[in-house]
Amino acid sequence: MTDPTSAAAGPTGVALPTGTGTPTTDAPRGGPRRGAQDEGASIWRVALRRLRRNPGAIIGAVIVLLFVLVALLAPVLAPYAEGALPGRAEIRPTFIPGPSDDYLLGLDRYGGDLLSKLIWGARASLLVGVLSTLLGLLGGALLGLLAGAFGGWVDTATMRLVDLMLSVPSLLLAVSVAAVIGQSPTAVVIAIGVVQVPIFARLLRGTMLAERGQDYVLAARSLGLSRRTVTMSHVLPNSLGPVIVQATLMLATAVIEAAALSFLGLGGGSPTTAEWGRMLTAAQNELEVAPRLALWPGFCIAVTALGFTLFGEALREALDPRTRGR
Amino acid sequence: MARLVLQRLALLIPTLFGLSILLFLWVRALPGGPATALLGERATPEAVERLNRLYGFDQPLHEQYVRWLGQLLQGNFGVSSRTRLPVLEEFLNRFPATIELTILALVIAVGVGIPLGYVAARYRGRFLDHGTVVASLIGVTIPVFFLAFLLKYLFAVQLGWFPSAGRQSPAMIATHPTGFYVLDGLLTREWDAAWDALLHLVLPALALGSIPLAIIARITRASVIEVQSADYVRTAKAKGLKAPRLRRRVVLRNAMLPVATTIGLQVGLLLSGAVLTETVFAFNGIGSFLADAVFDLDYAVLQGFILFIAVVYALANLAVDISYGIIDPRMRARR
Repeated sequence: MTDPTSAAAGPTGVALPTGTGTPTTDAPRGGPRRGAQDEGASIWRVALRRLRRNPGAIIGAVIVLLFVLVALLAPVLAPYAEGALPGRAEIRPTFIPGPSDDYLLGLDRYGGDLLSKLIWGARASLLVGVLSTLLGLLGGALLGLLAGAFGGWVDTATMRLVDLMLSVPSLLLAVSVAAVIGQSPTAVVIAIGVVQVPIFARLLRGTMLAERGQDYVLAARSLGLSRRTVTMSHVLPNSLGPVIVQATLMLATAVIEAAALSFLGLGGGSPTTAEWGRMLTAAQNELEVAPRLALWPGFCIAVTALGFTLFGEALREALDPRTRGR
Repeated sequence: MARLVLQRLALLIPTLFGLSILLFLWVRALPGGPATALLGERATPEAVERLNRLYGFDQPLHEQYVRWLGQLLQGNFGVSSRTRLPVLEEFLNRFPATIELTILALVIAVGVGIPLGYVAARYRGRFLDHGTVVASLIGVTIPVFFLAFLLKYLFAVQLGWFPSAGRQSPAMIATHPTGFYVLDGLLTREWDAAWDALLHLVLPALALGSIPLAIIARITRASVIEVQSADYVRTAKAKGLKAPRLRRRVVLRNAMLPVATTIGLQVGLLLSGAVLTETVFAFNGIGSFLADAVFDLDYAVLQGFILFIAVVYALANLAVDISYGIIDPRMRARR
């Protein structure tokens, strides 16, 4: 995960080399192709076709879709309202009722319905994951764009800052950011977003530098287009592939890291809060009485991260021109 | 080689310098300022004002920074607002625990990950290979604290094979000259103490090592597959090099280069993961202490520990660079 000085890595989780493919919009070159259908097709159309042939991509996409649907439809799907404690009367110090008709996965220590909490937790995870990745993407894009577009001392200064941020293991960076802001879900979003900034910045700068050397950029310049036009409408769009791949993989990391920060207590809330990491913290004391309280949220985090990872890796393969046509 | 090491150490200086500026500004940005960091959240306004004057926090920022840096260079990292002990002392007390844990985790990750990845590559496409790929994918996506939970529940709570928390049994009486409990037991010939400390290490190390293991196995597999089809391997085969020697001297050695990089990158992961694993297993290392420091807003500890960890992290990556030279003679010549 991590921390990697150059590869993206989450402390808790996913450390994967960043996307290396620099897709171009022209027709795929080289390699034995599966027929002429790829000829002239856009990179995204080709990628889509390749994704459909990859079982990993389909499994990943199904998991991601399910997760998003559950998160969006939480008010419809969850048997009980968020934060409700319907079974409070049934809890005894030494006994927590297990699965029953009323509570499909049983109750937790405070009388909350486990299934409902898991469903509401999906919503919390999706929100934190998407918001923090967006934040990291925007921040990183801004820095990367600055460095990649201007070069020179702007580039040097930006990259030194990025190096500094990467010199601290990512979870520790997130913990220190969250410590300044205070314990709340917002702190978690900002902390995880900040950790992603250097990773996106470096990635975008790298791809943009590579693209800037391409012939089509030279052609655009010689046609008299301004530097801004070339950067914004030619170089940037062509640099996006690896960034999108990275963002997908980052969603996996973000879900895990959000749970980790909440697990450490940085997300705020109480033991009854419907958030997967927070639920794991609360389950710590009930390991002998009701292990399912730890197993279910942990399982949800792992499966969600697996979905984003599978889809992200498949997307990277699909967008990589070097493996195209295989 | 010595020159390379010196060069890299010299590069470490600007990084640490920059990091110290960030950490300095970070505490200055806190609500309440550095006085709160030193005195804790519950300080009275009078105490804050007295301290501000005493430490010169009312002076210009750059002067404050220079003074603070001077103190750091003299080994004065401040005092923990929670334990009232010097930060450096707190760090040195707990560092051996974390080192012990991360080393065992790394040994497990490398010791299992490389053979697993290698075997998977050799039997590519067969059941063993698919199993390794799937297992390592799961290993990468499972949160380390959840895995720690699972291990604790299964092997400590259910089966009772290993202790569930701490660094040694409460009843164990042992002397600790170095702070590395396993090593201490061996040095003082208190075998039962060494064994006890090792048992306490197993579950946290397994949890902590799982993700690096999965990543190392994946990279080893990919790297071996690539090297196996390289021209020089075919040439070596054509020249009649026997299979075992070919595998050992040519394939494995060439495949290890990306793996060494990966192992270096895992150190950050291990240090991050230690915060979570140590928390689950109540293992008294720098990770759990750091996690507690966040709650008590013990900024001197956060500042100091993050700086120390950055140094450890940078040194680990330096060690990896040096290992390139050992694995690949071409790297030696190039430098």
